[in-house]
Amino acid sequence: MNKEKPFGLAAEFKTHEDLLCAAEASYAQGYRKMDAYAPFPIEGLARALGKRNRVPLMVLIGGIIGGAGAYYMMWYANVVSYPINIGGRPMHSWPAFIPITFELTVLCAGLTAFFGSLATCGLPKPYHPMFNLPEFERASQDRFFLCIEADDPIFDATKTREFLQRLNPLNVAEVPK
Amino acid sequence: MNVHDASPITDHGSPTLSPLGYPTNLFAGKETFEGVNETIGSVVLRDRQPRPWWIGFIIAFALLMVLFLAISWLLIRGVGIWGINIPVAWGYAIVNFVWWIGIAHAGTFISAILLLMFQHWRTAINRFAEAMTLFAIACAGMFPLLHLGRPWVFYWLFPYPDTMKMWPQFRSPLVWDVFAVGTYFTVSLLFWYLGLVPDLATVRDRARKKWQKIFYGVLALGWRNSAAHWQRHQIAYLLLAALATPLVLSVHSVVSLDFSVAQLPGWHSTIFPPYFVAGAIYSGFAMVITIVIPVRKIYGLENLITLRHFNNMANVMLVTGLIVAYGYFIEAFMSWYSGDIFDQYMMTNRVLGPYGWIFWLLMLVNVVIPQALWSARVRRNLIALFLVALSINLGMWLERFVIVITSLHRDFVPSSWGMFFPTIWDWATLFGSIGLFLTLLFLFIRFLPMIAISETRELVAEPQKAMTL
Repeated sequence: MNKEKPFGLAAEFKTHEDLLCAAEASYAQGYRKMDAYAPFPIEGLARALGKRNRVPLMVLIGGIIGGAGAYYMMWYANVVSYPINIGGRPMHSWPAFIPITFELTVLCAGLTAFFGSLATCGLPKPYHPMFNLPEFERASQDRFFLCIEADDPIFDATKTREFLQRLNPLNVAEVPK
Repeated sequence: MNVHDASPITDHGSPTLSPLGYPTNLFAGKETFEGVNETIGSVVLRDRQPRPWWIGFIIAFALLMVLFLAISWLLIRGVGIWGINIPVAWGYAIVNFVWWIGIAHAGTFISAILLLMFQHWRTAINRFAEAMTLFAIACAGMFPLLHLGRPWVFYWLFPYPDTMKMWPQFRSPLVWDVFAVGTYFTVSLLFWYLGLVPDLATVRDRARKKWQKIFYGVLALGWRNSAAHWQRHQIAYLLLAALATPLVLSVHSVVSLDFSVAQLPGWHSTIFPPYFVAGAIYSGFAMVITIVIPVRKIYGLENLITLRHFNNMANVMLVTGLIVAYGYFIEAFMSWYSGDIFDQYMMTNRVLGPYGWIFWLLMLVNVVIPQALWSARVRRNLIALFLVALSINLGMWLERFVIVITSLHRDFVPSSWGMFFPTIWDWATLFGSIGLFLTLLFLFIRFLPMIAISETRELVAEPQKAMTL
């Protein structure tokens, strides 16, 4: 079965504290291409693994585009494209444009937050090698996993396994591709 | 198939009591990861639903059919089948719209504002309240569209390049409404679904039947609980909450501007936006309590939704109810203080006119009866709390009836006064919309996890978070 290079080596842990310690130790050891799997968000885990997050910046840009676009649209409609004089009121009556500007800022920022976070996670993705691990369905229930991927420059089938064994896991298993 | 650990991950010990005498633990007893997964997940994975589910679903579905009948007849005959005419051109459609959109607000309040304030007790009820928000907005959105007269051209409300070379009137609160309600529905849907994705993955992994694996597998989008996923999920969730918080305040404010921008006595009032927002949260919490009490009983969720949750919700109702009562008082005071004869007559007519009995009923069910919530015994007695919540649901509907109909039926010139009487189709549409709401809610309970499983697991793992207040 080992003709092909595996996806990686996964260690299984019983508690989230064990997983967090293991993630920090692996990062200190020099591993970079790895990911941890847990049934709920653990504070500091992504930082311990060196994962970066660009979602907030995307949301800010989405919100600015939404707000500016909404205001421009109303200004264009009421001043340039279709000006109507109603009782001599100003064409560019900005206070009346604020509610829709606000709503579309929120709408565009919200859409960016949702689709941006899915896109940076690479979802939807129906297949992933991690699902080949027999115990992996417990990652969404009550178990914690750390997987060091075979693409990592310092990955070595035997040395990495020995390293993971030292981190106090329940067991270490190979993840087929 | 899996042999899961039955041993508790954490032990909450015996419940400690707060100075007010409530248990401070969120969970009634010991909870384990497996206990949480099983209690919540099994509701959607089991084959047979309890008998009360079927009874409720059949009633709701029958009411939904009444709605379809009422809408079909409306499309055939036009809005003349309702009791509306001049001067009361805004009848039940607008009353129901404001009522439903108000009910929606509690969901966002519970899920977004309480999330930002680190109120971890929200975990047990937020998913449920968010679903309620979505379904209530769906019911609300239907009414203005049906009231248009020609609902099939509703898209004229949107700015799009049309062959008539026209634009919507962006200075009109009615157009603001389109954007406010549209944004509210979209953001609520995204927020709800984003929160559901990890739980759908849990259900996918626990599913044993093929259709369940496929159904929940597709909905879970391939979520694999990785640290990178959680990181982006959490920040997106938090940002959506931060966006939804001002949004929820803006939506009912915009709805209230539909009234207060008009010059009609009884509508033209600056207190409307804050008083509408408080009323919205008030009615929404009442609806959450009305629905959660029976559901908790039927599905045995007593360990997850505790008396402390009901106590907290009752406290929110008490506070927002007092703000609403203050709103009623200020409306009456201002109409006297303004010295404006039309405003003064509006108030006299509201209290003593032909619809006066509705005003007094409103005072009873929305101001007097909710004062029972001062008593801790009432807040902890679920039957009493259920009755108070029902009273508030009715009261908030009556409030909108008073605002819409008694203000319209006698305005400035006595020659243009008139009465409004609802027809059977008005009632059919109102009760039909309740059928739509309940049908969606029953389907939600059947097919989607109704309590946030991953957030509850987090509380199991870090019990100190569950000890707030």
